Amino acid sequence: MAKATFDVPELSQYTEVPPVTPDTTAHSAPFKSKPEWQDALGFPGELVEDWQDKAIDKMGELLGKYRSLRVYMDSCVKCGSCTDKCHYFLGTKDPKNMPVGRQDLMRKVYRRYFTLSGRLFPKLVGAEDFTTEVLGDWYSYFHQCSQCRRCSVFCPYGIDTAEISMAAREIMDSIGVGQKYCNEIISKVYRIGNNLGLPGPALADTLEGLEEDVFDETGVKVRYPLDEEGAEILLVTPSADFFAEPHVDGLIGYGKVFHEAGISWTISSHASEAANFGMFIGSYENMRRLAQRIREAAIKLKVKRIVFGECGHAWRVAYSFLNTLAGPWDFLDPRYPVPQHICEFTYDLIQQGKLNLDKSENDDKVLTFHDSCNVARASRMGSTPGGQFELPRAILKATCNHVYDMDEDTIRDRTFCCGGGGGLLTDDLMEIRVKGAKPRMDALNNVIQEKGVTHMAAICAICKSQFTKVLPYYGMEMDQIVSLHQLVSNALVLTPGEDDEGPGEDDDSGNDDTEKETDEAA
Amino acid sequence: MAFLTHFYAFLFYFATFVLVAGLVFKIVQYARTPAPLKIPTTPAPTTRTGVVLRMLREVVLFESLFRGNKWTWIFGWIFHFGLFLVTLRHLRYFMEPVWFPIQLIQPFGIYGGMAMIVGLAGLWARRFLVDRVKYISSPSDHLILALLILIGLSGLLMKFVFHTDVVEVKSFFLGLYTYNLRPLPADPLLLLHLSLVAALMIIFPYSKLLHAPGLFFSPSRNQVDNPREQRHIAPWAKKLEQQ
Repeated sequence: MAKATFDVPELSQYTEVPPVTPDTTAHSAPFKSKPEWQDALGFPGELVEDWQDKAIDKMGELLGKYRSLRVYMDSCVKCGSCTDKCHYFLGTKDPKNMPVGRQDLMRKVYRRYFTLSGRLFPKLVGAEDFTTEVLGDWYSYFHQCSQCRRCSVFCPYGIDTAEISMAAREIMDSIGVGQKYCNEIISKVYRIGNNLGLPGPALADTLEGLEEDVFDETGVKVRYPLDEEGAEILLVTPSADFFAEPHVDGLIGYGKVFHEAGISWTISSHASEAANFGMFIGSYENMRRLAQRIREAAIKLKVKRIVFGECGHAWRVAYSFLNTLAGPWDFLDPRYPVPQHICEFTYDLIQQGKLNLDKSENDDKVLTFHDSCNVARASRMGSTPGGQFELPRAILKATCNHVYDMDEDTIRDRTFCCGGGGGLLTDDLMEIRVKGAKPRMDALNNVIQEKGVTHMAAICAICKSQFTKVLPYYGMEMDQIVSLHQLVSNALVLTPGEDDEGPGEDDDSGNDDTEKETDEAA
Repeated sequence: MAFLTHFYAFLFYFATFVLVAGLVFKIVQYARTPAPLKIPTTPAPTTRTGVVLRMLREVVLFESLFRGNKWTWIFGWIFHFGLFLVTLRHLRYFMEPVWFPIQLIQPFGIYGGMAMIVGLAGLWARRFLVDRVKYISSPSDHLILALLILIGLSGLLMKFVFHTDVVEVKSFFLGLYTYNLRPLPADPLLLLHLSLVAALMIIFPYSKLLHAPGLFFSPSRNQVDNPREQRHIAPWAKKLEQQ
């Protein structure tokens, strides 16, 4: 279907571990950042003159600031447990895409400049000078890591290659070698408020359009408010939700859920982006600056709660880092965790019986669920460990009759990344995006063949965009990827408001009871 | 004879100093380096007790490695458990009287020594047979395995073939406590065994053997999953807030 300038891997029933084939993706490297974007993020515009010294200094600084980096550089025993766990290795066969192979690109430099054995016997311990060639390898291979943490699950010391990729990108940025995709996007958030560069008026327009669409379809006035002061909830969602397919169907779903809950909510044009690309480039300062926008919006709009939309890396930053980066949140309603995931919100309503769901609306689909990597391995939902796996599945089962899981080895905390996470969702990296998707495609294809699965639901903007693009390479349809809240949206029977003329053909009777008890957070 | 005794006495003082000072340095360094963000690999325990249990499973059972690769796990676990038994058995050379539990462990220590060799041989074989593991192995990885295997073999040979005067060995080591040099038997196998052990002690803080203390400081394993409940902030990050 889609035209490829590279070989698309053939699907197999189970993903096999390929033989090591060096340098198959040594040519892959993303476009470089331009001085204007570097500048906006506080990095030098181009490669600085004494880059080697500067890079080593920066590495020393990071080793002192991040225990993870320090411990992970020392601890690897080269046991090999991680070597067959990375989707990029499984899809490309390139040994520098084995987690330890990728780590060693930095570890050899660390050993050369920061350890006695590397200073004295570099050959013996695999230490190397930081040469132009090594820097080239860094740029190439640290942009073939989606920071999905699958390797860290299987490492006996919990070494997380994501931490090392982030540090490497931070070091490269500090000497003027940035990546276009991430850095341009971050500068856009600073200028406009979101990754896609949608200005406030365009956003207002889009949301108004959504209200009309939903009304036309259901006859119920569901609101999609922007910058409404005094709303109960601030919804922070990835900007792709505002127009991309299938993302926007998810956003429609959030609005319907809020409508049924009877809780006022708003989107902020100032913080109209959930994704925090500061994490991808390992920059604490930029990550913090981006997170602060959410705090500013929450204060300005006087909201009481913050809810995040479907987005994987965003949820990691939100769940794990937001309190650190932009807390404390003592001015918000203490009865709710800050922030909450839209799935936690919807799940609670389902548990309380406040949503009237007609599963048969999704009977034209057979579903499976893709655990997004950063939700699975870097966050939680609900109050018990593993809630990040159970809550979305519970929502799926409450809204669909036909649900099957993919192979156990490829879901929950062993899930495979979609292949586009961690700042790789850019067309200049199409080859590794397609190849990196292979393990997920294998597992998906398997349930398609065996269970007749027709659609895969996801809760991450990157996953949705990536699969939309990549599914056709493997002979599947781009619309086989759906938003979880799109399914909620399909199944949810809306309660008409007083000024609604009443829904046309889909009259919902027996729904009045739920309406009266919906002011849970009043 | 006197030279040998002096040499080995010095060697073990030196090796012990390097091991202890080196490890203390690294542990203090790890402990002092802040972990600015909450990064436990989830699902993770939400309480301190849960983290202790997670860590215990990692240290005793190698839980993550078990999930990762069964062959590496079985060989790795056999080796480490064997080494643990061997170490306990050897404690009798360093105490008088010998604690009762150490007396009990003696026969198991011998099996431990054999298990250690089997485990190491398996781990070494993987470095040649599995192309991915071969690719990531550097000369030092092979040398450390060789070192450990030689230590084990020389020890077992002394137990079963070329006996040495263990009473004198013990008196040599007990003497070191009080700077009282007593003669060490001049058996080549014993001298080899002791040199290799001293070498292992010396390289410990400068090599991948740091994985031992490293595991306890790994943020992806030792952090409690409670970022929403408790604000976690590093001193250097706190300074950003005051700007």
